[in-house]
Amino acid sequence: MTGVPHDILGVLRAIGRFVLGGLALVGRIVIFAGRAIGRAATPPYYPARLGEQLLVIGWFSLPVVGMTALFTGAALAQQIFIGGSRFNAAATVPAVTVIGIVRELGPVLGGLMVAGRVSSAMAAELGTMRVTEQIDALTTLRTDPFRYLIGPRVLAATLMMPLLVLVSNILGVLGGFILATTRLGFNAAGYLDRTVSFLRTDDVVSSLVKAAVFGFIIALMGCYHGFTSSGGAEGVGRATTNAVVSAFILILMSNLVITVIVFGG
Amino acid sequence: MSAKIALRGVAKRFGPKVVLDGVDLDVGAGESLVVIGGSGTGKSVLIKSILGLLRVDAGSIVVDGVEVTRLRGAALAAHQAKFGMLFQGGALFDSLSVWRNVAFALPRGRGAAKLKAAALDNLARVGLGADVADLRPSELSGGMQKRVALARAIAARPEIIFFDEPTTGLDPIMADVINDLIVSLVKDLRITALTITHDMASARKIADRIAMLYAGHIIWQGAREMIDTSGNAYVDQFVHGRAEGPIAMQVRSA
Repeated sequence: MTGVPHDILGVLRAIGRFVLGGLALVGRIVIFAGRAIGRAATPPYYPARLGEQLLVIGWFSLPVVGMTALFTGAALAQQIFIGGSRFNAAATVPAVTVIGIVRELGPVLGGLMVAGRVSSAMAAELGTMRVTEQIDALTTLRTDPFRYLIGPRVLAATLMMPLLVLVSNILGVLGGFILATTRLGFNAAGYLDRTVSFLRTDDVVSSLVKAAVFGFIIALMGCYHGFTSSGGAEGVGRATTNAVVSAFILILMSNLVITVIVFGG
Repeated sequence: MSAKIALRGVAKRFGPKVVLDGVDLDVGAGESLVVIGGSGTGKSVLIKSILGLLRVDAGSIVVDGVEVTRLRGAALAAHQAKFGMLFQGGALFDSLSVWRNVAFALPRGRGAAKLKAAALDNLARVGLGADVADLRPSELSGGMQKRVALARAIAARPEIIFFDEPTTGLDPIMADVINDLIVSLVKDLRITALTITHDMASARKIADRIAMLYAGHIIWQGAREMIDTSGNAYVDQFVHGRAEGPIAMQVRSA
C-alpha cells in the first residue's frame, strides 16, 4: 500500500521534469533566435555568405517546391471535382483549388519540402563544423559565428521562402488548371477567370506571411540543432533528425495559429 | 616579469563531473609553457576557458591585467583577438581553399591579390609553397593540414598562441617538423605560447617550462630541464609512460 503514493510522486516528478525540460528548451531557442536576429541586423555583414545562402535555399529548392505544387494542385482539382459533383458543385473546382493552394497547401507543403531539404543540410553542416571545432576556430579568427554562419542563413531563408511560395502557388494553380482543362472538360478562359475573380488580396498576403514565418523556422531549427550538437557523428545525425522533425511540427503549429488569426475571426 | 596570463583558483564542472578544481597557473610574456596531462584531464577545457569559449564556474583569469571571466560582447571579442589557436584536428574550413583559410583572420577590404600574397607569405613560413594555395583542405595529408592550420593561426600575428595537441595523429618525423616550426615561429614572432599535449617528445622540444595537470589541479610545474628530476611520482609515471603508478587509468571519458 505504501507504494502507491510513492508511484504517484514518481509520476508527478517525471511530468515535472518533462515540463521543466521543455520550458528550458523553449527558452534556449528563444535566446538563440534573439541573438541570430540581433547579429543579422547589425554590422559587420557578410554579403558573400548571404548570397551563397540565397542561392542554396532559394534557387536550388525551386525544382522540389515546384513539382510538389504542380502535382498537388492537379490532385486537388481532381478530388474537388469528384467531391463537388456529388452535390452539383463541380463548377467550384477553380475557386476551391486556388483557395486551397494559396491559403494552405502552397505554403505548408512548400515549407515542409524546404524544411526537409534545408533544415537537415544546415544541421548537418553546422553540426560537423561544431564537432570538428571549426566553430571555435571562427571565434579565434576574429569572426563571430552568429554573424558569419547563422545570421545569413536565417535572413536568406526568411527572404526566400515567400518567393518560393509565390512560385509554388502559381504552379499549384497551374497544376489544377492543366488537369481541369484536359481531363475534366473545363474551358481554359473560364477557369482562369473564376480563379482570378475568387482570389482576394488577404489570401495572398497570408500565404506570403506564412512563408516568411516558415522560412525563419526552417533556418532557426537547422542552425539551432546543428550549432548545439555534440557527441561526434552520432550527435550530428541526431541534430539532423531533430532539426527536421522540430521544423515540421513548428511549421504545422504556426500554420494553424496564423490561419486562425487571419481567417478564424 | 609580470604574467601575461594568470589563473587563480579556476574551477569548471560539467554536471556532476568536476574537470578543473582550482587551477593556479602563470604564463610569462614570450614564454612557452607546455601543460601535460592524460586524456580527459581538462587540458582543452583549460585553454577554452582562457579563450572565453567556455565560462568558468569560479576563479579568476587575468590576461594583460584584464579579468576576462566576466567579459561580454565587444570586450570579449577584443580579448579573443589577442589569441591564435592551432586546433587538434586543424579545424580548417573545408568549404574554403587553403589560402582563404590562411587569410581568414586578416582584415578584409585590401583586395584579393594582397590577401593572397599575405596568405602565401604565411604558408611559406610553415614550409608550404604556392602550389597548395588553391587546393581544398580535404585534398591535403594530415601533416599538411596541420601546417596550414599553423599558418592560419599565426597569420594575424596574435600576441598569444595556443597549441592543442599539435603532434597528435602525425608520424614521428612530421611531428618533429611541427615541433621545430612551433619553436622557430614562437621565437621569431615573439609570441607567448601555451601548448597542451601528452606527447613528451613534443613537450621536451617546445617548452621553456612544463606544468602537469591532474585531477583538476596543477600538481607540478618547473623548467623543462627539471622534468626528469621532479621527484613527483605522478610526473614520473606520466613522463615514462608507465601503466603502474599513482595515476589510475580513467576508463570513462570526460
